[in-house]
Amino acid sequence: MSTTEAPPANGRHSMGQPMKRKEDARFIAGKGRYIDDIVLPNMLYLAIVHSDYPHAKITKIDKDAALKIPGVLAVITADDLAGVGLAWIPTFHGYDKQMVLAVGKVLYQYQEVAAVVATSRAAAADGVEAVVVEYEQLTPVVDPFTAKTDKTLVREDRENKTNHIYHWEVGKRAETDAAIAASDVKINERVYFQRCHPAPLEPCGCVADMNPATGTLTLYMTSQAPHAHRTVVSLVTGIPEDKIHVISPDIGGGFGNKVPVYAGYVCSAVASIVTGHPIKWIETRTENLTTTGFARDYTMDVEIGATKDGKVTALKVTTHADHGAFDAAADPTKYPAGMFGICTGSYDFPVAFTELDAYFTNKAPGGVAYRCSFRVTEASYAIERGMDLLANALGMDPADVRMKNFVRKDQFPYPSPLGFVYDSGDYHTTLQKALDKVGYKELRKEQAEKRARGELMGIGISTFTEVVGAGPSKHFDIMGIKMFDSAEIRIHPTGSGIVRAGTKSQGQGHETTWAQIVAEELGLDPQNLLVEEGDTDTAPYGLGTYASRSTPVAGAALAMAARRVREKARNIAAHVMEAPLDDVEWVDYKFQVKGVPSKTVTMKEIAFAAYTNPGPNEPGLEATYYYDPPNLTFPYGAYIAVVDVDKDTGETKVRRFLAIDDCGTVINPMIVEGQIHGGLTEGFAIAFMQEIAYDAEGNNLQPNFTEYLIPTSLESPHWETDSTCNPSPHHPIGAKGVGESPNVGSPAAFVNAVMDALSPLGIKNIDMPLTRSKVWSAIQEATKA
Amino acid sequence: MFPAAFDYIPARSTDEALSVLAQYGGDARVLAGGQSLIPAMRFRLAKPAVLVDINRIAELATIGEHNGELRLGAGARDQGLELSGQILSGRYPLLADVCAVVADPVVRQMGTVVGSLCHNDPAGDWPVAALAGNASIVVRGKGGERVVPIDEFIVDSYTTAVGDGEMAIEVRFPTPDARTAGAYFKIERKVGDFATAAAAARVTLAQDGTVAKAAIALGAAGPCGFRVAEAERALVGAKPSAAAIAAAADAARKAADPVSDTRGTVAYKKEMAGVLVERALRKAFARLGVEDIR
Amino acid sequence: MKVSLKVNGADYERDVEPRVLLAYFLREDLGLTGTHVGCDTSSCGCCVVLMDGEKAVKSCTMFAVMADGHEITTIEGMKKDGKLHPMQQAFSDQHGLQCGYCTPGMMATAIAFLKHNPDPSEAEIRDALSGNMCRCTGYNNIVKAVQQAAAELSAPAAEPVAAS
Ligand SMILES: Cc1cc2nc3c(=O)[nH]c(=O)nc-3n(C[C@H](O)[C@H](O)[C@H](O)COP(=O)(O)OP(=O)(O)OC[C@H]3O[C@@H](n4cnc5c(N)ncnc54)[C@H](O)[C@@H]3O)c2cc1C
Ligand code: FES
Ligand code: FES
Repeated sequence: MSTTEAPPANGRHSMGQPMKRKEDARFIAGKGRYIDDIVLPNMLYLAIVHSDYPHAKITKIDKDAALKIPGVLAVITADDLAGVGLAWIPTFHGYDKQMVLAVGKVLYQYQEVAAVVATSRAAAADGVEAVVVEYEQLTPVVDPFTAKTDKTLVREDRENKTNHIYHWEVGKRAETDAAIAASDVKINERVYFQRCHPAPLEPCGCVADMNPATGTLTLYMTSQAPHAHRTVVSLVTGIPEDKIHVISPDIGGGFGNKVPVYAGYVCSAVASIVTGHPIKWIETRTENLTTTGFARDYTMDVEIGATKDGKVTALKVTTHADHGAFDAAADPTKYPAGMFGICTGSYDFPVAFTELDAYFTNKAPGGVAYRCSFRVTEASYAIERGMDLLANALGMDPADVRMKNFVRKDQFPYPSPLGFVYDSGDYHTTLQKALDKVGYKELRKEQAEKRARGELMGIGISTFTEVVGAGPSKHFDIMGIKMFDSAEIRIHPTGSGIVRAGTKSQGQGHETTWAQIVAEELGLDPQNLLVEEGDTDTAPYGLGTYASRSTPVAGAALAMAARRVREKARNIAAHVMEAPLDDVEWVDYKFQVKGVPSKTVTMKEIAFAAYTNPGPNEPGLEATYYYDPPNLTFPYGAYIAVVDVDKDTGETKVRRFLAIDDCGTVINPMIVEGQIHGGLTEGFAIAFMQEIAYDAEGNNLQPNFTEYLIPTSLESPHWETDSTCNPSPHHPIGAKGVGESPNVGSPAAFVNAVMDALSPLGIKNIDMPLTRSKVWSAIQEATKA
Repeated sequence: MFPAAFDYIPARSTDEALSVLAQYGGDARVLAGGQSLIPAMRFRLAKPAVLVDINRIAELATIGEHNGELRLGAGARDQGLELSGQILSGRYPLLADVCAVVADPVVRQMGTVVGSLCHNDPAGDWPVAALAGNASIVVRGKGGERVVPIDEFIVDSYTTAVGDGEMAIEVRFPTPDARTAGAYFKIERKVGDFATAAAAARVTLAQDGTVAKAAIALGAAGPCGFRVAEAERALVGAKPSAAAIAAAADAARKAADPVSDTRGTVAYKKEMAGVLVERALRKAFARLGVEDIR
Repeated sequence: MKVSLKVNGADYERDVEPRVLLAYFLREDLGLTGTHVGCDTSSCGCCVVLMDGEKAVKSCTMFAVMADGHEITTIEGMKKDGKLHPMQQAFSDQHGLQCGYCTPGMMATAIAFLKHNPDPSEAEIRDALSGNMCRCTGYNNIVKAVQQAAAELSAPAAEPVAAS
């Protein structure tokens, strides 16, 4: 691995270099500053009392015993919050609201019922144990199919007496139905993308600090979107935005979990306002897994029609979505099912239709974009499983079916039947590269030999297309706030500088890649460009980091802000070199007088001049840019998994996994590769281990890490990666975003591989996670039949 | 999460620990590696009033061979055992198998073998190995000491023969002779997971190559680990053969009485009891040089 | 209750409630916030520290009073003579960390492991780290980092070059 001292491998200044990360210095020394590291004088601790039951009336909350415990200062309930108008807060969707603490009844197991404020962590925990809550149990609604009957209402507070939240559809229903009916070959399979949880290793938390003298509320919080959170806090509390200061410190992983607003934040803020003390709330792992934003929980009926030689004719996906007790999915307003319309994937469907109905159930709310750009993972899973089921029905090789139906390179920009315009790609080349590299033909040969011996080996392909970078303001907003992003660059006299963005890194390495983008545009040393994010008082407004939007949106804003700086610098360069402005060119990372290669001036020199000799120009060297993307970006990839299934135990061993990603221009290949490794591991976890399941009584079965299974180094496969590069034509630097592709694309590759292994037994589908017990049971059933 | 308050007594000797235990009776708990007890306390599932820490008692931290037995003091840790000369010598393959799969590699640096036996989780690894390994446990109280065979030591889920005011001092595993070997197999969903199914086998071959003695034990197949007499009967007197192994495995399938949970269905776990008994037996025989049994 | 212990080479004596876990004692009583907490079940390994130089322990599953008389090394104490420990250097060189939350525990486990097994295979490294979770890196680069550190730690110390 080369370092910054090594000469650039690609002839470029800093773009595309595997520069080591600037943020590492503090993390490897134990000097990161995460939320729980923040300690303020006279700080108090807040801990939360949770519901034992999934659906129950609260008949009594007895605080007395808790208040007698030394150190316990207060017990807050919904009644107390109602006093300050905060018993309910709007969800990010705007059209639903959520309880902060249970109001009258609990709607899911572990729901927040009361909050204890105490002088120490220990006293707060003692207080939680001592609060007595009496319940009258109600029947829980635990899946969307039961919810649909409306026999039991989850949300009696709502005007509409139904569990149905909304219906959403896009595409041409009649044409699609007709095309499928007329097709030679059709598949129709129900696949379930199970409820999961992002579970970053650092749980959520905050320190709320109201300064009674100034009336300023400082909120240190685990926030992937500090500006959005400040605006929401201002809207719900009525505190003016200038009196709210949100600081998102180092974040120990987010993956979408740290986008919504949680009860702990609100209760801490209220407690700080009331007591005048800073209040710290740090989630336990159980609270994290049981109450904060879950992901997925889509039951999808996938129908595909095709001609008998394997050309697809139409796609229809019908989804039942389980949203839990509140509609808290943080999707863009006009996209209640996020970007699910990407479900036509990489294939040229003449016509398509998709519809979705969402329901309330007695489960935790969420529906967050877990390492995914708003429901893209669900959509990709549906289409990539569908294409394999189709290949199976046609008796064709799944690689051939894909090759036959890919959108061709010459079709870009490609308008998809469900309304997106794909920016760029060369799907055939990327899949071919994967097939060659993995040795697809030899693997199929080996598989045939193994099958003859009765051994179960499988090869699974996923050639997904993602849609990321929300988004163009004409379509995308959250609670009305347009989804642009921003950057601000200030170059100091000696040629170093500070770069600020409205995003917030949670491990993605923005301090390094943002500096590289700016350094590339300005010819400055990325080591001397300090990147700062996450402080609403200093960073320009932006909607934050999730849904792979940082590079497509803020990355573009950075490049554009840098170009503004460069243009300013060009004016100063003209003055310094005493040349007409039109004669000053940017060549090889320097300003040069047209046709006079000896007459140059560096950006560093211009920086000094900006403060010492700007001439007729405005002094100083800084710029801000708000970037409203003209379109979304469409990263894609070709993934191949090779597995062996042990018939006797149902155990799957992932022997190989090759990921070829195309995310357009790569800013830092080392970081991109790291993102892919991480995303693949989460995809692996989803395919084989991770699930938040509820039993028939509504009990959460995975409330901690002994049941919610995070793979370790031993279970995780060794990852092979490579890339192709089709830059985004509309992005200033051609980058598309990559952090989520591997998590979006890989689950289907794993499942397709296992189903391929099991196909001689006639097994078509097993829903994730593919546990040993499930796989073994399916084998038993198939061999019995 | 924070445990409830308790009094902490760092015992310096076994006698001191015993007198504290005698004084507090049922209110006191022994604190060994803490890897089961402390998480339970953090969830307030356990709220002992007094903890007697035995980690400082040097005389309990021993691993050694005496009188044809491997003796592990109550302070002996999983990793200490794994790296001990006795295990590295290859003479205790059954125990070596277990050392490598109990909990996770960091937990093993604190967790103790005796603590695991005393905790007696229905899916714990050590109780199964102790059953197949014919272990016995030395239990001592103010009134004196007794040596309790493992099948009497195990009483019920999370319950052992250790009474109030008593503690387990040591576990003793008979040293296998050259004609004896064992093996342990476990299905776990990931490292650090308790067993979905577990089986231990120990066999002794007679001069004529027939099975002279056999011990088969299952874990995660009932309220506690247990030996499967029927499976053992299927083996004793027979030559190692596919048929004998299959008979033993079938007996294990029948004897297993697991519950259905997130790890698997009853049918799956019963079947795995059989699969793992077969795998453990084949491995144990292979360790005695009998391979490719048909 | 009194505890005296050595942490990162310095002696400390503090009065703590017995129920205070070592992780919180290090973080809150000694201000060593490099040790993290990620679960309640002794599962994640974010909290791993070195005890008596060569044992990796989950400090969330140990009471501070149990560390009385022992020597604890946290990530803040890994540097030697102002130089990064080879493990720290290797994690940065190999991009073995992203959010950094698992990193202190991961490195402590790896350092203890290399003391027992200075020249491990990839499979042995993967096994040894399996009591620590990482949600970001997918482990490939963590394995590479441990390999780099192992090579460095077992390389014979550079001989002083004799003047000719
Ligand atoms: C993440 C994780 C994963 C795990 N996975 C597994 C696994 O896969 N398989 C498995 O078998 N175990 C597993 N365990 C449990 C682990 O092996 C424990 O260490 C072990 O069960 C208990 O040993 P201990 O020394 O930590 O005992 P402690 O936790 O200290 O004590 C356990 C119980 O035994 C009592 N006790 C301890 N010693 C004595 C004694 N000498 N006399 C009387 N009573 C005593 C205690 O009072 C307590 O009730 C896991 C633990 C963790 C944290
Ligand atoms: S904090 Fe998770 S193991 Fe210690
Ligand atoms: S780097 Fe984030 S958990 Fe490992």
